[in-house]
Amino acid sequence: MKYIDEFRDQQQAQAIANIIALEAKSDRHYRLMEFCGGHTHAIYRYGVQDLMPDNVEFVHGPGCPVCVLPVGRIDEAMQLAQEQGVILCTYGDMMRVPAGNRRSLMQAKADGADIRMVYSTQDALKIARDNPNQQIVFFAIGFETTTPPTGVAIKQARAEGLTNFSVFCNHVLTPAALGAILNAEPPVDIDALLGPSHVSTIIGSHPYEKFAQQYGKPIVIAGFEPLDVMQSVLMAIRLLNKDRSVVENEYSRAVTRDGNIKAQALVKEVFEIRENFEWRGLGLISNSALKIRPDFAEFDAEKRFTVSAQPVVDIKACECPAILRGQKKPLDCKLFGTVCTPENPMGSCMVSSEGACAAYWRYGRLRVVA
Amino acid sequence: MKLNIKTGKVDMSHGSGGRASAKLISDLFMKHLNNEFLAKGNDSACFDVAGKRMVMSTDAHVISPLFFPGGDIGSLAVHGTVNDVAMSGARPLYLSASFILEEGFPLSDLERIVISMSNAAKAAGVSVICGDTKVVEKGKGDGVFISTTGVGVLPEGIDISGDLARPGDAILISGSIGDHGIAILSKRENLEFETTIESDSAALNDLVTEMIKAVPSIHCLRDPTRGGLATTLNEIALQSAVGMQLNEAAIPVKPQVAAACELLGLDPLYIANEGKLVAICATENADRLLAAMREHPLARDAAIIGQVVKDEHHLVQMQTRFGGQRMVDWLAGEQLPRIC
Repeated sequence: MKYIDEFRDQQQAQAIANIIALEAKSDRHYRLMEFCGGHTHAIYRYGVQDLMPDNVEFVHGPGCPVCVLPVGRIDEAMQLAQEQGVILCTYGDMMRVPAGNRRSLMQAKADGADIRMVYSTQDALKIARDNPNQQIVFFAIGFETTTPPTGVAIKQARAEGLTNFSVFCNHVLTPAALGAILNAEPPVDIDALLGPSHVSTIIGSHPYEKFAQQYGKPIVIAGFEPLDVMQSVLMAIRLLNKDRSVVENEYSRAVTRDGNIKAQALVKEVFEIRENFEWRGLGLISNSALKIRPDFAEFDAEKRFTVSAQPVVDIKACECPAILRGQKKPLDCKLFGTVCTPENPMGSCMVSSEGACAAYWRYGRLRVVA
Repeated sequence: MKLNIKTGKVDMSHGSGGRASAKLISDLFMKHLNNEFLAKGNDSACFDVAGKRMVMSTDAHVISPLFFPGGDIGSLAVHGTVNDVAMSGARPLYLSASFILEEGFPLSDLERIVISMSNAAKAAGVSVICGDTKVVEKGKGDGVFISTTGVGVLPEGIDISGDLARPGDAILISGSIGDHGIAILSKRENLEFETTIESDSAALNDLVTEMIKAVPSIHCLRDPTRGGLATTLNEIALQSAVGMQLNEAAIPVKPQVAAACELLGLDPLYIANEGKLVAICATENADRLLAAMREHPLARDAAIIGQVVKDEHHLVQMQTRFGGQRMVDWLAGEQLPRIC
């Protein structure tokens, strides 16, 4: 497949692996945090770890929008779904995540709630057009990558005069999460970061520059194909060896320093900064999420309906929060593979397609029993 | 984890063919209906009738859309059951067919489905010899559900079962994976995308006959339908108490299927097939079996994709095209497209 196979080429991989082995200094350990769950899954799905020398270690980051959403917000979505006449539209990833009492949207659907899995915001709009007597709520989640399509849908709904469409907005901001990781107490033990690339197609690479400088950690914007990850590892090692704490862009085929100006303007038009938002694992972070501007209030599900779920405490032994902070790994969790499996998840990291536990379970478990 | 029968409810994952389906079968159906035939864990049962060995299998068909590129629910209902009988090495002879029809369903569509069944049955050399029809109120069905049962006769000396894979055996696939699932997805109401992929839905009994001629001692045969190749191999690994080592580069996937999977965030190893089979045989017979398969029009792209290994954990593992090693787990829940 053109533009895919090139980035999964075994010979190239081996060539980069050889250079990494040569340049990684044998007297030091390299702890690299891959920010995104997409990276974690690429590493395990393609076996990238097998091509790394022993002193290069991947630390998994919080970049999984499903995982960082606190249980309370999913409970609120479930409340919305149970309102009379409401159809809740959600991306597939959310369906199996355990919320309060470990119930998932999938189970709420089996109990009779009208919950539809959609592939894009356009599908949700179509459902709104086709069901004028019902209220369609789109469960919007995701980092900056998925925010513009939500903004487009809201503007389109206004232009079409759709009065039965609203958005339950849970869009979050990557730089805020990065700041929280770098500020964490006790500090997260990492040397460099492989930064988000799809997010950066929207916001550009420049928002990370201040973090690299302030915290003395090189950041390499890394694509999601396995060769991208390997090339980014090499770039990070070179920066560390030269003691250079700067942002470099491996994913230059899609990311520029300034990002997508048009998308940024659209986001600014429809959304504004939310003062506080709770992140699973990272806690309450100020200015870390978006809400819908008052000008578009009629499309804000939080204004149209009453949502007030009780804060929910995570299951005590579930290590998702520490895993999301990069302080623990899935195998450090006592529940992993014993009581917590994809069929019976205790935490979102086990069911999200970008969750670290899911990556270990699906692709990496062979290392557990070996 | 046990199935929670007291408060649990059926959800969509129980029909996915993956681990949730397996749990439903083991913890509920097997609990009450278990016997020596079900305990074998195969897709069909073999029993003696008047000195002959008979094989019986059944399959319920619910599919949306009813008509799809490369087939429809009618041909699928024939192929699915014929294949389940054929995977035991038996020659399928007769089918029964039960129709659950929804009030308001157009008769012209029903006739189209039945004609397609008739053509599929003729081509597979089987006859539909009994049937039943029920109608449910509008809203209580999804157009048409069809349940078919098939019986066949097992030739002397054939012993094919999911519990007969042995370390050292070769694993073969009869062709490209994922064609059926992607053809169906491409026509789903909210996901239409353009592709030239057609379902591989086909009766495999003739192919099996040729394979048995070439290698009568085939150990296992199974069609990787729901849950895909990954789930089928995990089922066999568990049944036979072995592990498996696959070679990703050897597994045939059509570029269009690979592209659609990339787009939707799906893994072709978990996508359904309706006209492919997995065969496991002693390694010294593998080349002969492969040659015989490639002679047949339904298995031109057959390939040896891996080896059965000793593994007390019964894991299916794979050497990736990229040069690393990964696990190939059961399908968990349903495969759901990702966010970004």
